[in-house]
Amino acid sequence: MISLRDAALAYGDRTLWRGLDLDVAAGEFLVVLGPNGSGKTSLLKVLLGLRRLTAGTVTVNGRPPRRGSDLIGYVPQTKSVAPHTPLRARDLVRLGIDGHRWGPRRPRPETRRRVETVLRDVGAAPFADVPLDLLSGGELQRVRVAQALAADPSILLCDEPLLSLDVEHQRIVADLAGRRCREHGTAVVFVTHEAEPVLPLADRVLDFGGVRGGAEVGAA
Amino acid sequence: MSWHEVWGEIFNFEDYGALLGLVRNSLIAGAVLGLVGGLAGTFVVMRDLAFAVHGIAELSFAGAAAALLIGASVAGGSIAGALAAAALIGVLGSRARDRGSVIGVLMPFGLGLGVLFLSLYKGRSANKFGLLTGQIVAIDTPRLSWLLVTSAIVLACLAVMWRPLSFASLDPDAAAARGVPVRALSPVFMLVLGLAVAVSVQIVGALLVLALLCTPAAAAVRVTASPVLVPVLSTVFATVSVVGGILLSLGSSIPISPYVTTISFALYGVCRAAGAVRSRRGWTARRGASRPGTVAA
Repeated sequence: MISLRDAALAYGDRTLWRGLDLDVAAGEFLVVLGPNGSGKTSLLKVLLGLRRLTAGTVTVNGRPPRRGSDLIGYVPQTKSVAPHTPLRARDLVRLGIDGHRWGPRRPRPETRRRVETVLRDVGAAPFADVPLDLLSGGELQRVRVAQALAADPSILLCDEPLLSLDVEHQRIVADLAGRRCREHGTAVVFVTHEAEPVLPLADRVLDFGGVRGGAEVGAA
Repeated sequence: MSWHEVWGEIFNFEDYGALLGLVRNSLIAGAVLGLVGGLAGTFVVMRDLAFAVHGIAELSFAGAAAALLIGASVAGGSIAGALAAAALIGVLGSRARDRGSVIGVLMPFGLGLGVLFLSLYKGRSANKFGLLTGQIVAIDTPRLSWLLVTSAIVLACLAVMWRPLSFASLDPDAAAARGVPVRALSPVFMLVLGLAVAVSVQIVGALLVLALLCTPAAAAVRVTASPVLVPVLSTVFATVSVVGGILLSLGSSIPISPYVTTISFALYGVCRAAGAVRSRRGWTARRGASRPGTVAA
């Protein structure tokens, strides 16, 4: 699904990584580790088509990455939700399906059903109608994963989804990604500081922490 | 002046029927303004732009004052001022952290220019005061057409960008990944907001536009989090405030704005109280068992 060849990324004269060869197949779970500023998030931005490689090539499903592709579901790093944001859990999921479309929304029963299904899959049905700013951190993260899965992607990119969650919720959120990977053959790229909850799920680990400016890919 | 006389100044309903006929244009304008203020206000609250609205209003006032001085169209002047302010804030203050200080710099400059133009203006003083605190008698037919056309542009733009703008306001990263042009959307919305401010300045005056572009939406988000109900309620609140304000102010010699701001503030107070009750009764209530352990994850 994902293929990088001799890829490098630099900001000005600071090289984040270079010489990166990486393939992620359908149904594969890749964990990406590394300290702050080592280019983990930037790797996801490259795959999303939001950032260009400095050198080398990247393809997603055989083509160069394209912004807004339906192939990819993305869970960005968590930001707090402002108080009194006029959206509920189900509305967040729905934005993942049609939030990028222009013009007034036409009521579509199949979209509504899809939202219900995804909410149930991540165990968020009980709080589907709770305003976003009143959800707990763990509940919000489950709903954000549901948003990323709403358009039924073949690739799931998660950026530090375990941050500031308790151990129990870390396991729940990691398991959501793992189950998606097993049951739907979705390729998962999981960027995290907390390796422990995801290592049992990982097929391979990409560690940006090893050599500065280099990257190591190893089997988990 | 006795209390009775003061009361008579504020509320005077003599010859009400005859007066009502004279303000037909203003009532139409008020209803349209309620729609514009209520809908645009939803994003003012969501994107935390209340201060920007105030800043745009002061430059819109400067534009209108300049137009009054040189004998040009006041509506055109207020729109030009508002768009210039919106563009400057959009370009210089693209990041939320800088935005506050950029507005803080622009606002007194705009207000100062406005004061200068008004001091040079030798015409009727009611015209001067009206720009700051609002007026209803000034809505003649050409001005009403200006207002309707500008409002139509604002409403059309909002209808087109409503969903991507909600998405980008909530989570810019996720929205960008789904293909929403997040960076372009922000200044474009600022210009639309500029037009909305310019039409509001015509009726409620530069100092009080927030009563239309912030208070109604801020009241609505207190009582519901539904993305459909919030704009609907906000529009209803804004329309009730303007049209109600016009109807109450008819017989008196006082400008319209205190009536509008008081109704709008009262609605906010009621919504805040209702929201507090709702939260205490368990707005957060989960349906069925929601313990993490029982979820089949």
